[in-house]
Amino acid sequence: MAVLTGANKHHGNLRSIKRMQGDVRSQKPGFLLYIPYLKEQNMSALIQTFEKKAVLVSAIVSRVTSLQQAFEYTVDLCTKKKACQILSAGCEEGLSAQAADLCKLKQWGKIIAAPAFSPEELDQLVPLAKEQGISVIKNNMRQHLGGIDIGLTMCESGIAETGSLVLESSSEELRLATMLSEVHVAIIPASKIVPTANDMSDDLKDMMRKNPNYLAFITGASRTADIERVLALGVHGPLELHILIQEDN
Amino acid sequence: MQNAKNLKEYNKELSEALDNDFLRKAMDKFAVAYRGGRINAFKDYQVNSLIDDVVKVKDVAIENMDALFEEFKTRAEAAGAHVHLAKTAHEANEIIAQIARDNGCKKIIKSKSMTAEETHLNEHLEPEFEVTETDLGEWIIQLRHEGPTHMVMPAIHLSRNQVADLFSDVTAHKQDPDIELLVKVARRELRAKYIAADMGISGANFAIAETGTLGIVTNEGNARLVTTLPRVHVALVGLEKLCARLDDALTVLRVLPRNATGQAITSYVTWITGANECLDTRAKDGKKEMHIVFLDNGRRSLAKDPLFKQVLRCVRCGACANVCPVYRMVGGHQMGHVYIGAIGLILTYFFHGREKAKNLVQNCINCGACKQVCAAGIDLPRLIQEIRARIQDEEGHALPSSLLAKVLKNRKLFHTLLRTAKAAQRPVTGGTKYLRHLPQIFAKDQNFRALPAIAKKPFRDMWEDIRPNVAQPKLTVALFSGCVQDFVYPEQLKAAIKVLDGHGVQLEFPMDQSCCGLPVQMMGEKKAARNVAIQNITAIDPAKYDYILTLCASCASHLKHAYPQLVENEPVLAVKAQQFSDKVITFSSFVNDVLQVTREEFTPSHVKTTFHSPCHLCRGMGVIDAPHELIKKSGFDFIQADEEQVCCGFGGTYTSKFAKVSEQILKNKLDDVEKTGAKLLVTECPGCVLQLRGGMDTRGSNIEVLHIAEAMARNKK
Repeated sequence: MAVLTGANKHHGNLRSIKRMQGDVRSQKPGFLLYIPYLKEQNMSALIQTFEKKAVLVSAIVSRVTSLQQAFEYTVDLCTKKKACQILSAGCEEGLSAQAADLCKLKQWGKIIAAPAFSPEELDQLVPLAKEQGISVIKNNMRQHLGGIDIGLTMCESGIAETGSLVLESSSEELRLATMLSEVHVAIIPASKIVPTANDMSDDLKDMMRKNPNYLAFITGASRTADIERVLALGVHGPLELHILIQEDN
Repeated sequence: MQNAKNLKEYNKELSEALDNDFLRKAMDKFAVAYRGGRINAFKDYQVNSLIDDVVKVKDVAIENMDALFEEFKTRAEAAGAHVHLAKTAHEANEIIAQIARDNGCKKIIKSKSMTAEETHLNEHLEPEFEVTETDLGEWIIQLRHEGPTHMVMPAIHLSRNQVADLFSDVTAHKQDPDIELLVKVARRELRAKYIAADMGISGANFAIAETGTLGIVTNEGNARLVTTLPRVHVALVGLEKLCARLDDALTVLRVLPRNATGQAITSYVTWITGANECLDTRAKDGKKEMHIVFLDNGRRSLAKDPLFKQVLRCVRCGACANVCPVYRMVGGHQMGHVYIGAIGLILTYFFHGREKAKNLVQNCINCGACKQVCAAGIDLPRLIQEIRARIQDEEGHALPSSLLAKVLKNRKLFHTLLRTAKAAQRPVTGGTKYLRHLPQIFAKDQNFRALPAIAKKPFRDMWEDIRPNVAQPKLTVALFSGCVQDFVYPEQLKAAIKVLDGHGVQLEFPMDQSCCGLPVQMMGEKKAARNVAIQNITAIDPAKYDYILTLCASCASHLKHAYPQLVENEPVLAVKAQQFSDKVITFSSFVNDVLQVTREEFTPSHVKTTFHSPCHLCRGMGVIDAPHELIKKSGFDFIQADEEQVCCGFGGTYTSKFAKVSEQILKNKLDDVEKTGAKLLVTECPGCVLQLRGGMDTRGSNIEVLHIAEAMARNKK
């Protein structure tokens, strides 16, 4: 019971805080007091802002008009990229025996991991990939811990304020596809771009309440500045992030 | 990790750090780049209102810490996580070790956690388990067996050559000092560690009570792998990371990365609710074994301390180190035990004890840069001073500070001593106006900048002869001189009288005023600071004056901000102190904004002139433009120096206690001034004049250093 009393009390406080800030935050789209450039934006300006912010953190942004086009983009990207080579993900460096073993794990050519697509959608992707000698996998990511060439995902939302993708990744296969891949290609429907994370906080909470849940905001490629503050991309996650904004025709 | 036993040993380590050229250059570059990056990151925002929002949500969370913990526990357990509460660091470490034992774990990977640094978790686990840090910087320092030097960039003190040598050892292959390649080597080496690990340990930036969700803010993506690949995940989370709602976390998230690294957001923000799917064949029911260990370690009692509870607002952005002039000189190993920077000085006292904190808390120059930049509006300089006072009270007062404290209780005795010092200095002034400075008559010698002699006649003895008589005064103003101008630089006050002339200002100099009290407050003599505050509030009745004018920025800031705090528990005095505080004004604000002097009052000399903005003027009093305008109006050619608002290294008693650091900060400042090609350096605090003029003298420079009042008086018609 003590717990309940405490909880009630704190909810009381929260309500009063909310009221204090209500004049600012109850108005949609919330928080825009601080972000005048987002305040009056229509959808196309919002998408432009999203794109601009994503490019600022070295994401490579393109627009597509269909899933088919996104698949073509992905296969083309994978074709141009050499497995575990072009992007120097580490295998060519002098490594300890244990880490070098891991490089050997990956010996069957290029792979696109597309864990979250339906069989019908995969029927579109697989022939394109096959033509280029690229494998498409949907699961068993743990057998590819040495690396995957491309992880292809569909995102729930995009946040214009920061150029971030929102990815529901409770499925371990999906999560690993975005972590183990050297290139992450993310498709985001243009209509799903919101001004700020606050504008979708109810949706985010709904996802979180589907226990358990693993949710990610992804903004640009994996990066570090831990050595002499020099920016280097791709320390643990993808070396490149490609965002495909899918606009309806 | 600072472990010096006494101030002498600490000073020795500081000197060694000052001799590290790589560190110094790296820190200088960082300090300048950070400032620009932060401005850019906040350019579309009203940064202060963002910070106010953080303060609001954190304060609510601190107030409700216990209830939020219960709510979080209920939700997270419903989602399949196990939630623990550890009273002490040791208890937290042991809970984690036991989880590893219970689950048959041998190999552990970790993502970055300052809380785990706080508990020395690795030391606890390493005898029994193989533990690998996966954040690049943390891995590097783990391999070097040292602590972090920055909360966000733990290996900022190391060069690419040092990292290449280290990685050559680790891989048994020669590695080139090419950062791109070194990062790739780490990527591969650590990937192998992820795969072998059966337990992952992370920290968390947020623990959201309404959903039982952990939020983790990273750039590298290592936390995602740490929380995904191994079948067991343990998160170690300080209780202060609890927040009520997702929106509260988003409020903090809008400030944290911008303030930390100038990023709009980090590459990854990961939200984990409960025990997620785990496809490791050894995982039970295809689910992760997930444990969340909350750490108290004094946080719950801190939450009840009316003054210190604000330290729990800290979001660990590291900005207070980024802007600290002392951190910039000596780096993080000298500027914290585990937690680094201004907040580190404070947290060390609470989390690692008085012994570890007692030298560290002395090493604050009180420039206020940290307070201005803090993401959570923490009054860091004040809390550092409060801790000095607490340590003095706990350990017994040091002789110099208790002497000064005793003397200051009696103004007449204090002033008599100053006059005596004047007589005693005669044999060593050599006919010059240099010797030494006031509080230092109680402290050690130094020689990196010439120190001024005490004036032949203090200002208070001249007053009756020089006081201006105004027939029909428009304003009645009390002049607060401060000790330095009264006894060392009375000419600055005389110059001010000349500048004010003709503006209808009836100036009074209440004779019973004493030292403002800042030096004793800085020494941790809180009672004495309070005592002189009351002396001054009594000596200068705010009701009688339109303004209380001071030419000393440090006095001004102390009178304005510290006086109401010093007597806040005494209702009658508190009201008076607030009235007093409201009347305090700096020279440049008064002359430029109130009197609105004009160009016509001056004969231009067109001397090329630059300005040093005293810490307590620009940050303490928020005065930035007025001095620039006055320099121009009074006929000088103004040129702005780089890093105008960075401290000159004086800091009152700081300059004698940490002379080597003070010397180096001063050197940077003088270099920036010389770069402008100015012939005249103007500032607005006698302490800065003392430091800058002494430094220029020792350097043999011909750049003249003046108080802005002196410069203006020189050109006044």
